[in-house]
Amino acid sequence: MTSTVEVKKVSDYLWEIPRTGDMRVPGRIYADRETITPLIEEMDKKKAGGFTPALVQVINVASLPGIEKASLAMADIHPGYGFAIGGVGAFDLDTGVISVAGVGFDINCGVRVLKTPLNKNDVEPKKVELANQLFRDVPAGVGSTGEIRLKEHEIDELLVKGSAFIVERGYGTQEDLEYTEEEGSVAGAKPENVSHRAKERQFKQVGTLGSGNHYLEVQYVEEVYDEKAAGVYGIHEGQVLIAIHCGSRALGHQIGTDYLKILEAASRRYGIPIRERELVCAPINSPEGRQYLSAVNCGINCAFANRQAISHLARQAFARIMGIAPAEIRLLYDVAHNTCKLETHDVDGETKKLLVHRKGATRAFGPGRVEIPARYRPVGQPLLVGGTMGTASYILRGTEKGMADCFGSAVHGAGRALSRMQAKRTWRGTELIKELEGKGIIIRSRSKSGVAEEAPGAYKDVDRVVEIMHRAGVNQKVARVRPLVCVKG
Amino acid sequence: MPYTHFDHISDIGIRSEAPTLEGAFEDGVRAMLDVMFELDTIEEKVSVEITAGANDVEALFVEVLNEVLSVQGRDELALRSIETGEIKRTEGGFTFRGTARGEKIDLEKHGVKTEVKGATYSALKYERVDGMHVLQCVLDV
Repeated sequence: MTSTVEVKKVSDYLWEIPRTGDMRVPGRIYADRETITPLIEEMDKKKAGGFTPALVQVINVASLPGIEKASLAMADIHPGYGFAIGGVGAFDLDTGVISVAGVGFDINCGVRVLKTPLNKNDVEPKKVELANQLFRDVPAGVGSTGEIRLKEHEIDELLVKGSAFIVERGYGTQEDLEYTEEEGSVAGAKPENVSHRAKERQFKQVGTLGSGNHYLEVQYVEEVYDEKAAGVYGIHEGQVLIAIHCGSRALGHQIGTDYLKILEAASRRYGIPIRERELVCAPINSPEGRQYLSAVNCGINCAFANRQAISHLARQAFARIMGIAPAEIRLLYDVAHNTCKLETHDVDGETKKLLVHRKGATRAFGPGRVEIPARYRPVGQPLLVGGTMGTASYILRGTEKGMADCFGSAVHGAGRALSRMQAKRTWRGTELIKELEGKGIIIRSRSKSGVAEEAPGAYKDVDRVVEIMHRAGVNQKVARVRPLVCVKG
Repeated sequence: MPYTHFDHISDIGIRSEAPTLEGAFEDGVRAMLDVMFELDTIEEKVSVEITAGANDVEALFVEVLNEVLSVQGRDELALRSIETGEIKRTEGGFTFRGTARGEKIDLEKHGVKTEVKGATYSALKYERVDGMHVLQCVLDV
């Protein structure tokens, strides 16, 4: 195929935009021929529904100061704000920059998966009751508020402690902390760098799901591909799992909004070219850069706390309906999609500390990494890739090749194929709910239009996206899971 | 039309068009609230003041939208409309003062649609077209 910008094939599942012009590194995209073609067409037509094409965003990121190795795009890549969604960029701490676009507005939007001692056959006869109980107990959607109401002086403590804040109040276990990325609390959080308006919006939102593509799902393991890793993770075929997908809610968004203005001024002050208004940034090693990173860390901890609180509510609901003890529901892992983190990586034979931005991309550390729980080190960390409410999700694991090639990163989901408006024009929420019920999937949502927006057909094929990463060798499939119940906002 | 919504692959865009800048702000806010609620289910029983400031009109639009969301969440309201009091040019840029109206949120009464996390700078634009003031941006949902 011809293109105005060269996109060359490195392998069946990896493509490269070579360094040209202002680019400091190449762009590298995980895709197969079928998925790279529309991305190239979008770039050539210079439009993606009026927005900057994803590959142009990959090139823009490749041009930022201090970027190492490559501007990466995971297999679910699509246009975002500044960074494409599915974009990964790692930066040298002395010469590199920190970017709001590379983190996203929903700081630490992520997924946690809990393992129950139940099998699909245990849950099937009670799944409607379970769906109703979860819908009652887990606040979701517009105007929902959480059980845990914070006073002003408590929010600062939550922003530093993250999950531990929730566990200390009796809503979880020490084990939950061990099996959360960063143990549920990333260091370097400074609440004084988070605005009052951001904190104000969080007072009543602790333990709420939000809406859009956020959800709580009850799932079962349909197929195990990697018996060894599954054994290490403690999962088996037929087992019932609980997945919670949400982030830092309005607090995270307000941090993004506040710092867009600060970093816009910083971009000008430090002479960093502004390619898109949302790709403004500051040197990592600058007052503005340090300030923003410390605020991001608050957002990360806020999201961990939210998912910890929702886990408690889910455990209570299961205990009530299924008659098991909450303590029998154990955490598999909790991963973040939208973050920037200080990490150590090998770059051309040199061990370097880098700031790794993952926007709509997941950390996927391979075997031996000390950052992951000791029990998982032989096989690498699990990562949880959400599909759609009608199809499937996946548990994958990180690999050594992933560490070498893409800073131990992975996809985060299927990626949208249709816009929300197109989805609403194509499907009706009430009909979709009936159709999915016919397939054995119980949906509960206050917003029927919200359900239509999240129709399975509005998303790309998650099986394909995962297969690309698997065949590229940077992530490995461990299990495929299917939904039984989905609670949405 | 005072406002429309436009496509974005993962979120939703809003565009307002009015003979005055003040009117364009009002319609833009309403466009955002229309994403969140069936506006006809909300009565105007409560008023709240909305103030904001920014370097330029585009950024002011984003600020006003985010302030409406902030106040709505803080006070547990469902808002239906905003009336612009004044948009003033200052040395640093622009300021906005207005009054938003709605009532305490009632999930049984109010038709809830999609939560908006915030307004973004994506597709952010202010322009004059055939004498009309046009504002647009993408909302993160």
